Amino acid sequence: MNSIPQSDVSGQPLDLTSAPTLSQTTLFTALFRSVAFFLVGVVALLVAYIFSQGFHGLNPAFLFGSATSQDSSGMFDVHNAGVFEMVFGTILLVFLMTVLVMPVGVISGIYLNEFSDPNAWTTRIIRSAVNNLAGVPSIIFGLFGLGFFVYFIGGSIDDYVLHTASPVFGKPAVIWAALTLAVLTMPVVVVSTEQALRSVPLPLRDAALGLGATKLQTLRQIVLPQAAPGIITGGILAVSRGAGEVAPIMFTGAAYYLAHLPQSITDQFMELGYHIYILATQSPNVDRTRPLLFATVVVLLLLTFLLNLIAILVRAWTRHRMRSYRA
Amino acid sequence: MPTILQDPIDSASGATPPVVDVSRQLELELRTTLYEKGGSWRETLVEKGIFVVSLTAIFAILLIFIFVARECLPLILGQVDTARSAELIAPEKAVDLSSEQLAVYLSQPVEKIRPLSPDVLKDLVASRNEELAAHPNPDSKLNTVSWPMLLLPYRWQEYTKAEFIWQPTSLVEKYNLVPLFFGSVKIAVLSLLMAVPLSLMAAIYVSQLASGPVREVVKPVIELLAGVPSVVLGFLALIALASLFQWLFGYEVRLNTFVASVALALALIPVIFTIAEDALSAVPQTHKDAARAMGATEWHATIRVMVPAAFPGIFAAVILGFGRAIGETMVVLMASGNASILSPSIFQSCRTATAAIAAELADAPVDSPHYRVLFLIGFILFVITFVGNVFADVILQRLRARLEGQRGSHDAEPHASSEPNPQEALS
Repeated sequence: MNSIPQSDVSGQPLDLTSAPTLSQTTLFTALFRSVAFFLVGVVALLVAYIFSQGFHGLNPAFLFGSATSQDSSGMFDVHNAGVFEMVFGTILLVFLMTVLVMPVGVISGIYLNEFSDPNAWTTRIIRSAVNNLAGVPSIIFGLFGLGFFVYFIGGSIDDYVLHTASPVFGKPAVIWAALTLAVLTMPVVVVSTEQALRSVPLPLRDAALGLGATKLQTLRQIVLPQAAPGIITGGILAVSRGAGEVAPIMFTGAAYYLAHLPQSITDQFMELGYHIYILATQSPNVDRTRPLLFATVVVLLLLTFLLNLIAILVRAWTRHRMRSYRA
Repeated sequence: MPTILQDPIDSASGATPPVVDVSRQLELELRTTLYEKGGSWRETLVEKGIFVVSLTAIFAILLIFIFVARECLPLILGQVDTARSAELIAPEKAVDLSSEQLAVYLSQPVEKIRPLSPDVLKDLVASRNEELAAHPNPDSKLNTVSWPMLLLPYRWQEYTKAEFIWQPTSLVEKYNLVPLFFGSVKIAVLSLLMAVPLSLMAAIYVSQLASGPVREVVKPVIELLAGVPSVVLGFLALIALASLFQWLFGYEVRLNTFVASVALALALIPVIFTIAEDALSAVPQTHKDAARAMGATEWHATIRVMVPAAFPGIFAAVILGFGRAIGETMVVLMASGNASILSPSIFQSCRTATAAIAAELADAPVDSPHYRVLFLIGFILFVITFVGNVFADVILQRLRARLEGQRGSHDAEPHASSEPNPQEALS
């Protein structure tokens, strides 16, 4: 098949030399360039605005403070809420999520890149499912988590294993939120793993196989150590994605306000992103919560940007290594 | 094919065809024996295990489909009825009736009614009688979750003409889905109108026209936008953009479709940009070189050769952008104003399907009609995005296979990648 168009829409032979004149070339190049730089400017402005508004709010009292009011009432204090519990909840959530998603995602990636026949229909369906999973709206994951993990799995554990009257597993909990996020971030891990495995040069495998190593030995001792940085990048990207999602955890575990840190995996938890949503939409006095809100957003952005930055650096390094191998 | 096992004569240009054939043959045989060297049963077992684990993605999609459908299936099959009997039931007779009948009368799920004691039931029926006596509304006899009520306009008691109304918390719950999906499509289209031209122009510039160092800066910065959580974009729209735009344009409603669309466009730009840029970069450089050699400028070669060659990928980027726009929750929940108004104006509030689920599911009792309607909305959203994703996936896989085949025939450089990987960008 040939993708170079032989003629334009009207059926005229394609004339590459006459139409648009040189001045048009300059004009359009300049236009496209300005659009690209405009977007860069928008991103820079956005980040600078948030950081300038929220950075001075980052003090120890805020970072390590509790959401519970300091006075005798012991209620949710919207205007002075510290973020310690939210950061704790977010880290707990993404930690559980990473533990759950990494084995499955990495093994799927290994299968797709190392063992599968690229033209087999099973491979196509798996690949298609992974891509599809990446495009499912995040709120649907919330519905799925509620219907499947909380009511079906959790409810079944309560009914058939624990025989309890009051729900232990059959209610929103950090473990169900983590499982929901694990399903959501799986495509990130699969795709990164595949990419990392693909960057390992084929001659390395051939050499190992030629020396008599079995396929699994080659994989474990030659390919995986080489691909490790890329696979870890996938994990970091998944964590960054998971830390920013709010819609999937709204019904599966995140709480509006809790007086205590979660004690077990069946407890609910407070989370940074959900906390931002609560503060921004439920606060009785938005102007008073404003500085606090910006500071909370800065904490969340620092968390996700830092993770993204690490991932970008590792990926650049892997790509560089791949190029030097080929050359 | 990797060059490692190639016969040196093969690489030399003077090789005669038969020699090439023999060396290729040998190489193929060697590779087959190397790769298919049967491992022990343990190896086979591990390989099978890896295969089983890799099926998880398929199971995940299936489970999402089944469990979202399961919660709204009674609604689809028409087994849910919100109609209340006009005849009052005497509280003393409550015990004689079956749980199902009482459930309908009280418009509560059967599971909740069954364990209650007769005294509690008597009280419930009595309070229900009072409620019905206080508000004699003929609409309450309607089944508001039947398909015609979900999709067609209806003239409610206090209205002067037939309208599409989403009002799940009023005395007579009104569950018309049209305003929600209209809102979703309105915001999605408006944000795509902003995001598509900007991100495609940027993608064409970055992949084709920009110099190396510029590309190294512009690309990661735009991709950084993908790392901004959508709740942060929603927050920005709510706190900063809404007031700024109100000051600029002077419209009345502070939170409206326009504000939400701008914030949503910010979420879409990195998605569309990355996929389109990927598709453009995958077109072999030789295409461009050929056009340049025939005298085309960099711009002509890009717009007349590279862009048409990558067009399916660009199209897929727009489809995936639409799926993302329809499914985005936090931005529209925070910035759109959330009033379910069916208005063509872009400066009016609107409520989207996703925002309705996010805002109302927590208040809807499990297995109530409201709960099932929200799952039905989720199910419809899932089906819409699923179809879009499959469509885009097929386009991208075909494009990748075609371009990779071409590259293979053009240069003899060993290519480590043997499989197409169309949606790296998506994640």
